[in-house]
Amino acid sequence: MAKTVEGLYYSESHEWVKVEGNVAIVGITDFAQHAMGDLSYVDMPEVDDEVEAGEEFGAVESVKAASDLFSPVSGVVVEINEALEDAPELLNEDAFANWIMKVEMNDPSQLEALMDAAAYEAMCANQ
Amino acid sequence: MKYYDKLIFDLSKEGRQGYSLPANKWQTSLSELPAGLLREQDPELPQVSELDVVRHYTNLSQMNFGVDSGFYPLGSCTMKYNPKINEEIASMPAFAGVHPLQPSYTVQGVLRVYKELAKALSAITGMAEFTLNPFAGAHGELTGLMIIRQYHISRGDLKRTRIIVPDSAHGTNPASAAVCGLEIVQVKSKANGLVDVEDLKPLLDDTIAGIMMTNPNTLGLFEKDIKEIAALVHECGGLLYYDGANMNPLMGVVRPGDMGFDVLHLNLHKTFSTPHGGGGPGAGPVGVAEHLIPYLPVPRVVEDEEGTLYVEDEDGQSCGRISGFMGNFGVLLRAYTYILMLGKQNVRMVGPLAVLGANYIKESLRDCYNLPIDSVCKHEFVFDGLLDQSTGVTTLDIAKRLLDYGFHAPTIYFPLLFHQSIMIEPTETESKETLDGFIEIMRHIAAEAASDPDSLKTAPHTTPVRRLDETTAARQPVLRYRDMNQI
Amino acid sequence: MAFSYFPHTEDDVRQMLDRIGVGSLEDLYSDVPQDVIYRKEFDLPDAMSEFEVRQYFEELAEQNTSLFCLCGLGAYDHYSPAVIPHIISRSEFLTAYTPYQPEVSQGTLRYIFEYQSMMTELTGMDCTNASMYDGATAAAEAMMMAMASTKKKTRVLLSEGLLPHVVEVVKTYAKFNGVELGFIPCADGATSYGALLAELAAGDVAGVLVPGINKYGIIEDFTGFADAVHAQKGLFMVYSDPSSLAVIKTPGEWGADIVCGDSQSLGIPLCYGGPYVGFLACKKDHVRKLPGRIVGATKDVDGKRAYVLTLQAREQHIRREKATSNICSNQSLMALYVTVYMSLMGPKGLRQVNELSYGGAHYLHDELLAAGLFEKAFDKPFLKEFTLKSLMPVEELQNALQLIGVFGAVEVEPGLVNFCVTEKVSKENIDAIVSYITSLRGAERRGNLSEE
Repeated sequence: MAKTVEGLYYSESHEWVKVEGNVAIVGITDFAQHAMGDLSYVDMPEVDDEVEAGEEFGAVESVKAASDLFSPVSGVVVEINEALEDAPELLNEDAFANWIMKVEMNDPSQLEALMDAAAYEAMCANQ
Repeated sequence: MKYYDKLIFDLSKEGRQGYSLPANKWQTSLSELPAGLLREQDPELPQVSELDVVRHYTNLSQMNFGVDSGFYPLGSCTMKYNPKINEEIASMPAFAGVHPLQPSYTVQGVLRVYKELAKALSAITGMAEFTLNPFAGAHGELTGLMIIRQYHISRGDLKRTRIIVPDSAHGTNPASAAVCGLEIVQVKSKANGLVDVEDLKPLLDDTIAGIMMTNPNTLGLFEKDIKEIAALVHECGGLLYYDGANMNPLMGVVRPGDMGFDVLHLNLHKTFSTPHGGGGPGAGPVGVAEHLIPYLPVPRVVEDEEGTLYVEDEDGQSCGRISGFMGNFGVLLRAYTYILMLGKQNVRMVGPLAVLGANYIKESLRDCYNLPIDSVCKHEFVFDGLLDQSTGVTTLDIAKRLLDYGFHAPTIYFPLLFHQSIMIEPTETESKETLDGFIEIMRHIAAEAASDPDSLKTAPHTTPVRRLDETTAARQPVLRYRDMNQI
Repeated sequence: MAFSYFPHTEDDVRQMLDRIGVGSLEDLYSDVPQDVIYRKEFDLPDAMSEFEVRQYFEELAEQNTSLFCLCGLGAYDHYSPAVIPHIISRSEFLTAYTPYQPEVSQGTLRYIFEYQSMMTELTGMDCTNASMYDGATAAAEAMMMAMASTKKKTRVLLSEGLLPHVVEVVKTYAKFNGVELGFIPCADGATSYGALLAELAAGDVAGVLVPGINKYGIIEDFTGFADAVHAQKGLFMVYSDPSSLAVIKTPGEWGADIVCGDSQSLGIPLCYGGPYVGFLACKKDHVRKLPGRIVGATKDVDGKRAYVLTLQAREQHIRREKATSNICSNQSLMALYVTVYMSLMGPKGLRQVNELSYGGAHYLHDELLAAGLFEKAFDKPFLKEFTLKSLMPVEELQNALQLIGVFGAVEVEPGLVNFCVTEKVSKENIDAIVSYITSLRGAERRGNLSEE
């Protein structure tokens, strides 16, 4: 059973969000990394890129699969996790300790549309 | 197969040479060119003798498996026998030595091959005209889609920018459509593996450029509703594209043109016996119905009233030029050789014998392997893993174990409709004895899965190398000799 | 039914049908609507024996005129060593498919890795794919790669010095793919730096494609080009003749991001335009947008050095409509062709090929000018092909050359003709041709030639 972390927001497309002030820290869930297998590459946006809730902002790749990443919130990318450029396996090792991007939100109310850990677990249980 | 670990670079020694060229009598030197236009250091290419080269590549070839090595049941790839006469014809100096810009009247023999091959392909497929310029199946697809778009554009019908692709399609279909600037609309398959006509109907409107169909589809099943689908798509103003990847079972029996298709591509390296060459060169001729002839790409071969052939380079209605010159002529020669050998008599047997082999294997293995769709197949069919999945033996393990027994593996994990797809295509050039040998080994592997699953999970054991670390290869790509020290 | 490519005896067919549980081959098509089954005779010739087929092609071959080649423009008559056809016709190479099962495809994977290594050496790039269809389609792929690698850019610029067939193919792809093209004119036979700067000013340029050696045969000088393109966050791309890259300044040295072209010049027969082999190479930063197959080195479970198709998550079979390209094969056997060629030649052989071509081309160039029927078109450095202004009508010149079995003087622009010389052309060949052309001058003066 894939683990979840309490206090985070979750999207249907398997991203998690941790909120610090007006900044959303975004990563992929343990369920997602497990489904992908050994990750070989994380395609990340660039700092200052604008992202839209529900729109693609990057992708994760394993040897024989690729999955697009969808931003849970709208805003501007303020930081990306450069450690993932050389070590995508960090997401396999601990998906919650390793974030992908930080977004300065322009509409924090979008968080309300996301799930909490319990709801997300219930969704995964049905997949 | 024996393991040999060298790269040609490993054999290099300063001062050795493998070339034989005339002496330089010109009394000139490249150093006369401005220094700023010359490279600073010579490229680090190997310096080896001629025998070094011959032996090295002979050793490499011995770590390879081809159709000539053994049975190669790779689904959707039609790995049939590649006749040797094809190779001889393609290397005739009178063809191999011709410059592509030579004037038409000095290349009448070449142009005659284009004209006659196009006519033969029209006869086999029921299409009105062909371009032989596309280099491969994917390139043919792209060309065919360009023709479809050009047709709509020329009619001022600019809204038609969406194309329907079944969920069972080869991944190339949506990729080609995207390169052609089309938006993909997916249509679902029914439980029996065929396109769901009811799911299709609501998708058809005045934004639809057409539909791409593979028939038989990637499950090896004939799309029985094809005429109804054709009527529906035509009624909405769209065109029908036939992906000829799976033409082999229909060769000599059914012509795509008679099913209502407007555009198709053929894979000469599949259906028409030209060698796959480790991934190419192939050829992907595109055939069209009468009303689409004006939109075919340039250059084209045209015949005048006296029977003289010439090359037409420009035509305002054409979709444009899609190849530097006129396609892989060497491959076209091979395919035409094959057609002449077949003739009108033998062409009729290609499809039926290919279908016979596929159904024979299917019926001989269905008590060991999971057959998700039980119906008569065409040239290929799909198993969804072992019937008994309790041992944890996967499709990958079965494929790798086949290598130990001297067979190439089938196509695996495609189509995506099943989790453990094993797609088997035997072709008409394999004997009953070969198929029986394969069946026996597949049954043996199924028994091993129960008795000794570990021998499968660690297979292959007898190949020059065993399972590879593909994850590290993708995480830290080493793509050239210069970076070899990084692994 | 007996035919050499069908191994089935009647008894085999019967037994197989019995196992399947149907009565006849026709029953295998019971799922096909009967009205689409083709029952008429095919409009094809009667089956021929191998001997008859050979005879037939010999007859077709006689309809071609064999000509001595003095033409370049994207297809070069370089010498192809005897070893190559023997290697590439080894059926383990010839009859294999894409190396999906690496354990039994190390031969194919190894030579592709060698090919990649050699092409990066020639181009000065970090990586290449396993090859493309031809140079023109490789250029179109380079255009799409530039679009995919840069954000919010809408235009790709092409030099008007590129070979016309390359430009035409890029235009076709651009039209359907939705890429806007801009053109940089040539000034005095070379891509105009001033015009480039003017086009870049709008800030909408994703990439600029220029020819290393242009359609006039001139070796271009790209001083300042890369910096200007990079300053606008675009990619600098060079279309190159790889044979020449053994000696002329590499695109890598010019600061290019992407290099494409056709490797036919590495010993592949002319064969009326194909099969050739395109190449597409790039700097490391762009490898994730590089289309096509790529081979990487790795190890197997026993620690043996081994090779495998890698970075597959870029490709169409995984990404479907989101892939950079739809290409799903390569011209693998032709990549082997040029790999064996480069192995035989090495750096010194390739230098010798270029020295000989350079020497012969300059000799022909000077002798043609001396013959008095041509004028210089440009005064710029060239390698093995060059352009002259013809003082006699071009068609007459071409016809006259064909009378002595020579193919050359292809018109690049009205009145401007191309000549190309490779290591296969000797001084005696050139002297004979020039002496004949000189005799035309006399004939022209007497007015005979135009009356013929």
